[in-house]
Amino acid sequence: MATEFTLNGASASFDGDPDTPLLWVLRDHLGLTGTKYGCGIAQCGACTVHLDGKNRRSCVTPVSTVAGRSVTTIEGVSGPEAEAVQSAWVAIDVPQCGFCQSGQVMSAVGLLKARPRPSDDDIDAGMAGNICRCATYVRIRQAIKDAAEAMEG
Amino acid sequence: MNAVTPTRRSFLQTSGLILGLSLPAGRAAARAVAGGAPDALFAPNAFVRVTPGNQVIIVIKNVEFGQGPATGLATLAADEMDADWSQIAVEMAPANDALYANAALHTMGTGGSTSIATAFIQMREAGAAARAMLVEAAARRWGVPVSQVTASKGVVRHGDRAATFGELANDAAALSPPEKPVLKTPEQWTLIGTDVPKVDSAIKTDGSVQFTMDVRRPNMVHSAILHPPAFGGKMASVDDSAAMAVPGVLAVKPVPQGVAVYARDTYAAMRGRAALKVEWDLSAAERRSSDELLKVCAEAAAQPGVEAEAEGDVASALAGAAKTIEATYYFPYLAHAPMEPLDAVIEMNGDSMEMWMGAQMQVAQLSAAARVLGVPPEKAVLHQQYAGGSFGRRVEGTMAFPVEAASVFKAYGGRAPVKHVWTRENDLTGGYYRPIMVHRLRGGVDAAGRIVGWDQVIAGQSFARGTPMEAMMIHDGIDGTMVEGARESGYAFPAHRLGAHIVDSRVPTLWWRSVGSTHTAYSVETFLDRLLELGGVDPVAGRLALIEEDRRKGVLTRVAEMADWGAAVPEGRARGVAVHKSFGTYVAQIAEVSRGPEGVPRVHKVWCAVDCGVPVNPNVIRAQMEGGIGYGLGHALYAELVLGEGGVVQQHNFDSYRSLRIGEMPEVEVAVIASREEPTGVGEPGLPPIAPAVANAWRKLTGKAVDRLPFIHGDNR
Amino acid sequence: MKIMASGIAALALSAVALPIAIVAAPREGGEGLRPASSFATIGDPTQRSVAIFEEMGKVLQSPRCVNCHPRTDRPLQGDDQRPHDPPVTRGPDGHGAAGLECSTCHGPANVAFANGEGSVPGNPQWHLAPIEMAWEGKSLAQICEQIKDPARNGGKSLDQIVEHNAHDSLVGWGWNPGAGRTPAPGTQAEFGALTRAWVDSGAHCPAG
Repeated sequence: MATEFTLNGASASFDGDPDTPLLWVLRDHLGLTGTKYGCGIAQCGACTVHLDGKNRRSCVTPVSTVAGRSVTTIEGVSGPEAEAVQSAWVAIDVPQCGFCQSGQVMSAVGLLKARPRPSDDDIDAGMAGNICRCATYVRIRQAIKDAAEAMEG
Repeated sequence: MNAVTPTRRSFLQTSGLILGLSLPAGRAAARAVAGGAPDALFAPNAFVRVTPGNQVIIVIKNVEFGQGPATGLATLAADEMDADWSQIAVEMAPANDALYANAALHTMGTGGSTSIATAFIQMREAGAAARAMLVEAAARRWGVPVSQVTASKGVVRHGDRAATFGELANDAAALSPPEKPVLKTPEQWTLIGTDVPKVDSAIKTDGSVQFTMDVRRPNMVHSAILHPPAFGGKMASVDDSAAMAVPGVLAVKPVPQGVAVYARDTYAAMRGRAALKVEWDLSAAERRSSDELLKVCAEAAAQPGVEAEAEGDVASALAGAAKTIEATYYFPYLAHAPMEPLDAVIEMNGDSMEMWMGAQMQVAQLSAAARVLGVPPEKAVLHQQYAGGSFGRRVEGTMAFPVEAASVFKAYGGRAPVKHVWTRENDLTGGYYRPIMVHRLRGGVDAAGRIVGWDQVIAGQSFARGTPMEAMMIHDGIDGTMVEGARESGYAFPAHRLGAHIVDSRVPTLWWRSVGSTHTAYSVETFLDRLLELGGVDPVAGRLALIEEDRRKGVLTRVAEMADWGAAVPEGRARGVAVHKSFGTYVAQIAEVSRGPEGVPRVHKVWCAVDCGVPVNPNVIRAQMEGGIGYGLGHALYAELVLGEGGVVQQHNFDSYRSLRIGEMPEVEVAVIASREEPTGVGEPGLPPIAPAVANAWRKLTGKAVDRLPFIHGDNR
Repeated sequence: MKIMASGIAALALSAVALPIAIVAAPREGGEGLRPASSFATIGDPTQRSVAIFEEMGKVLQSPRCVNCHPRTDRPLQGDDQRPHDPPVTRGPDGHGAAGLECSTCHGPANVAFANGEGSVPGNPQWHLAPIEMAWEGKSLAQICEQIKDPARNGGKSLDQIVEHNAHDSLVGWGWNPGAGRTPAPGTQAEFGALTRAWVDSGAHCPAG
């Protein structure tokens, strides 16, 4: 039986093994490759999507568990937090290699939705699950603050 | 500006195969359409294209894996061309040594932080030639002397007349390029030296950038591979019944590198890989553990070794010293662990081969894969991709990965395009590590506290040994990459000697961000700190007194000013300093640390001064210093790749190969020294000073010298 | 199908089948709980109650329970009880920090990793015990007093504790922890019965 869910506002379905992680359904079957594989064990956060608006690691999310729910990926993320985060990211050139950045952006948007004015500690805690091997962390922190400020303004 | 890759259009084509899913009209689609411009009208040389739509496309010969060459090379050409930055797009160069060889490597390649250094003249001449032709085209169209025509921000003018580059492209294409383009003087630069926005930030923020892992081809098959559990092992037999029972698994094939699993999607390939039951022949494998190999190195380091450098009589100097100290340093294997594991897509069409890859040495890697498939070079095409990090990992001297990807493709019979993606477990257990090293140092000071002798011996693996690089890299028993940074330490010791031993092992090793300086900067800068303390000399003043080069003094003086060295430090904290030159670039850093919760340093702030000659893009330079500091710090504190009993790697994923996280990243303040010297690289030189600066601060704070990396190693706590 | 490497004679075969050592490999299983009825032979009710609680302690002090009753803001992980990685924090209500909630990784059920090397645990209620219920580093006697104290047990009566231990779904996860983790000893039913017997015998705590 196919798994039906909402993907970036449109209906989507997957008719394969229901244990297949959402990550690989998105990437290999639905062609949304912005969401990345980095570890497969929920250590690095490169695969972060939003499930019903909250951060979720798609590499450990069997597609069966998103049936009837709403999935947002980097390709479809929108709204004031997303706009603020992505503008701030580009404004100070956060990305280096860029491979982790879809996950970083999604996590940052999820953080700001839950905590519109995050402190340094909030940023450390909320972003602790996203590894950047290029170590762009100084700019990630700054961009999140810039985004929060822009949303207030 | 936009970033364009040659495969953008093919990506859109495969995206069109998606059924039952309506993609929201997003930024990615809009950019891709804009990027999918018609063929260039004006292509004066291998690097510059002007389209009728007034877009200027700069062809990038280096791999872009985050270190910034796409922006930097485009800046060089765009400045001389007087293009407007907003009209610039970039495209990855095809594999072609005649057009795109790296002058330092004599083939296409990226390494040694050479991208900007070797392209500084070349890319500017390419831009200047294009500009000259556009200006001449305008002059002819308007019937005025060339000398009266100006160009600025993509527009050519004479009096009230103006034409964009795009409008002049057709005319310019009919002209001959100038024999020797005239370059601007530094005063005339408008983009070089400024923080032009990076060409790839937007596409790396909205998910639309394409990496190799994102390539999709019609009928593509996904492959995963299981390697032998010890280096040098081979498959003896495989029971594939459980793997073949995994839904979606199509085939299991032995390949020279291990056992490959082919499947309809990555998940099935990974599950099939996990279900393989393999008997391995480990008779020729390296079965020694890291501890055993380090012991072999330590025994070697106790002997003088092959002399890499010497001056004066060290033995007498140390014998006559008022005080002497010695130390033995241990450096573990390190994995590069780029965020995007190694991957490639290969496809055959008739007798032609296409490969998608973020290749670090494009021609050599493509050729290696083509040879496996028996395809002549002229029938092999590389679609160069953005690469998700490298740190040195995206090319081996043995061309191991492209050979593996081609072997995996071949074993499937060429029936379908194959996307071969390493799991993170493959990446960490797959070898090609920063080699283990042991350094033994002895030094002494006289009664006045002056350093009188310095004796250093380095023993470890050479990654050149047994590879095609050996003849080029090992001379008179010395592999220069093992001793670089210690051989040219920059300090004037009255008597000094450097010896080296190459210790052989079947563990494959490789260059790793900043190469020899990953260990030489640590031993030199921490041991020097101890000797200076022995002599009662301040770490900054003591170094300045020993340094001969002005630029090395310059970064050290600057960083000391930035940090207000010598001023009071907050309670519970201490500061340490280090300075190092690598790849022609000078970097000094001061780190402020306290005791962290795990018994290792918590680094609060790092001040960094860098002199890399002409700073082409100060923002990119600062970013590379920040990144080098974070990458160096994470490994120095937490990371080691350990071969356990039987030579089996213990770390499989990021849960055990620990990576720096955001809460562990210090604040970083960078000063870029203004300079007119030829530019040198910045991808690697930010890394070497951080570990010794932290270690020096830690010793000051706790009295404990850390001679075994990483800091978190049990021996240090 | 078994595929042999061709052309290899007189092989020195290794028994190593996979380059995989399960992280936090399960301890030898089979550790059970004594049934509540087996304590009937202890005549003294206080001593019986204490003995029953000590049996319950095998569960309470197992990594499956202690790891999510940490004394800091960071849970523990695995049979070796190392600090949880990624370095998560409990957040305002034990469900994690804003942006990195427990539910970012932990779903309604355990999920085996595709690499075959373990699993991420899951339960619909996945969260940390409040800091006042911390068991990490405490003696069984301290844990016992804490469990009985409504100020430190979430305001539960003893009967509610019996119900919690016997039927709570998150407690029950301890006996179904997924690949790579040793289950708590016995069964949840046995643990519930022991708790009932402990309460019925006066809910006495060990000394110390």
